[in-house]
Amino acid sequence: MSEVKEIEEHEILKKIDPAPWKEVPLVLNNRSYKWVTDKICGIVESKTPTWWWWCFITALCVASFTGMGLVYLVSTGVGVWGNNNPVNWGWAIVNFVFWIGIGHAGTLISAVLCLLKQKWRTSINRASEAMTVFAVLCAGIFPLFHVGRVWFAWWLFPLPNSNAIWPQFRSPLEWDVFAVSTYATVSILFWYMGMIPDMAVLRDRATQTWRKYFYGFFAMGWRNANNHWRNFEMAYLLLAGLSTPLVLSVHTIVSFDFAVANLPGWHTTIFPPYFVAGAIFSGFGMVLTLLLPVRAVFGLHDLVTQKHVDNMCMITLATGSLVGYAYAMEFFIAWYGANSYEGFAFINRAFGNYWWSYWIMISCNVICPQLFWFKKIRQNIPLVWIISIFVNVGMWFERFVIANTTLSRDFLPSSWGYYSPTVVDIFTFFGTFGFFSVLFLLFLRFLPLMPMCEVKSVMPQANPHSDH
Amino acid sequence: MSDIMDIKYAVAATFSSAKDLFNAAGKVREKGYTNWECFTPIPVHGLDAQMGYPRSKVPRFTLAGGVTGFFTGMLIVWFMNEFDYPLIVGGKPYFSPIYPFPVFYELTILFAAFGTLFGMFFLNRLPRHNHPVFEHPDFGRTGDDKFMIVIEVDDPKFDEDETTEFLKSVGGDSVQTIREPID
Repeated sequence: MSEVKEIEEHEILKKIDPAPWKEVPLVLNNRSYKWVTDKICGIVESKTPTWWWWCFITALCVASFTGMGLVYLVSTGVGVWGNNNPVNWGWAIVNFVFWIGIGHAGTLISAVLCLLKQKWRTSINRASEAMTVFAVLCAGIFPLFHVGRVWFAWWLFPLPNSNAIWPQFRSPLEWDVFAVSTYATVSILFWYMGMIPDMAVLRDRATQTWRKYFYGFFAMGWRNANNHWRNFEMAYLLLAGLSTPLVLSVHTIVSFDFAVANLPGWHTTIFPPYFVAGAIFSGFGMVLTLLLPVRAVFGLHDLVTQKHVDNMCMITLATGSLVGYAYAMEFFIAWYGANSYEGFAFINRAFGNYWWSYWIMISCNVICPQLFWFKKIRQNIPLVWIISIFVNVGMWFERFVIANTTLSRDFLPSSWGYYSPTVVDIFTFFGTFGFFSVLFLLFLRFLPLMPMCEVKSVMPQANPHSDH
Repeated sequence: MSDIMDIKYAVAATFSSAKDLFNAAGKVREKGYTNWECFTPIPVHGLDAQMGYPRSKVPRFTLAGGVTGFFTGMLIVWFMNEFDYPLIVGGKPYFSPIYPFPVFYELTILFAAFGTLFGMFFLNRLPRHNHPVFEHPDFGRTGDDKFMIVIEVDDPKFDEDETTEFLKSVGGDSVQTIREPID
């Protein structure tokens, strides 16, 4: 009986015509390994382009705003910010959460997509990881200076001090210290380790002495030996496995800054997943904002293809919709929970003293990304770039809405207040974009902006069992 | 011969594709060589098994790091908030393994990540900025688009002429001896 059945199956298989599955290649135009090496190394090895200098000088000027803002703050006192009672947090926490959130997409691309074997991540992960590291550095500025007397900021760390008092480990702000410093450190380790083989390629191609020493030092004597690759791949996989729970925990702990407080609008269990989704959403917005110009300037269209742009747009769409769902669910629970303060907090968010920020948030975060349902829009690169800017703006406003509407209108009308930023607030935040750009431009100039070995290993030539 | 003193280090053969290298590596292993290595621009899938390498030992370092981090986190919270300077917060116990969860969770990950990176360096015997294989004129190409098999002089089965012929027979494009300069 079984034999007969087998023959029947074979006959059926002959009759059916399986739909052809056309897989879009990740590297277009059948490029060779040599082309990839020359392209990526060429960016670093060629003469510094004029546009780079213009961008770099502009970015330095913008970064000086943060410098001036902080010098003025430290020399005068934290009162130069618009923070008041009851809005003690103001822009400092908003900017902190905004920048930390930006970083999350980098880790998602490098770690989570690695575990999920999403091969398209290879050409965008290095730049995204760089973005993560730089965004976390920008984020760190705000809580560091918000402590007021920044020269005592080291009291946050469990180090012996002259008062002989240790940190208090029940505080979410103390958890933040551990979460954010671990996140920064592990992101740098992961970023650096991935760069070792590429540094070795740059070292071996280098003609100038300083390059030989610079890349040689960081390549640590890497030899492309299979024994090296074996341990490297295992270490890479493990770091991806460690970064995945890390990235989820970091924004969870950031959300605890709010959720552990007893204020209406903050004290909710939806905060951790909602913050993580928002972080990935904003991060992908920033990845698109950065990579689309980089791709155009360096002519990387064969490496960052329409497929990559499509995928990034679709993740933005998915996480944007998750965030929209969270906004709706917050409202529902505020009503369903039948707590009058909670109910008021949400009505106040949408129609109260900061109504305009709420509707900027909704239009940028919920409505805007819905455009990515359409293929035509995903293929219109300038439009994708503009939408990605809206996503960034919207996510900044989300943190503004969460932090400020609740603080300015809590339980007692007698303690209500209104918060507006001062010019120092605005300068300090504006300058961080310059600081971020300075670091990103230096990255583009001196480090391989794509992992060459990883890009090559998703090309057809990498398969030892095929005829390429 | 040049004036520089040198000794033979190995015989190297280059290949132009991952497939050629993969097949050749299998033959080198079958032939019984033990002191040899493949150099590739990418981690070639399945080459570990082909060369007869066991599973990487990096996870042991990760585990050691993670366990150390977990206990370090627990220890600092217990020592600081219960033992050295008991801190009353909200009338709750000085120490419990629950409330400082984020602290030891993050430290577990931090130490495990350091363990992974340094474990990788240790197992690869890096940093090592000098190596005889760098003397091969085409070594730089192994990071670009060339594949290379190197059989060392130390191998018990090594015989310069025989090994050279063998590497040619398995498809090596250019086979040459790497010489290591000595002081």
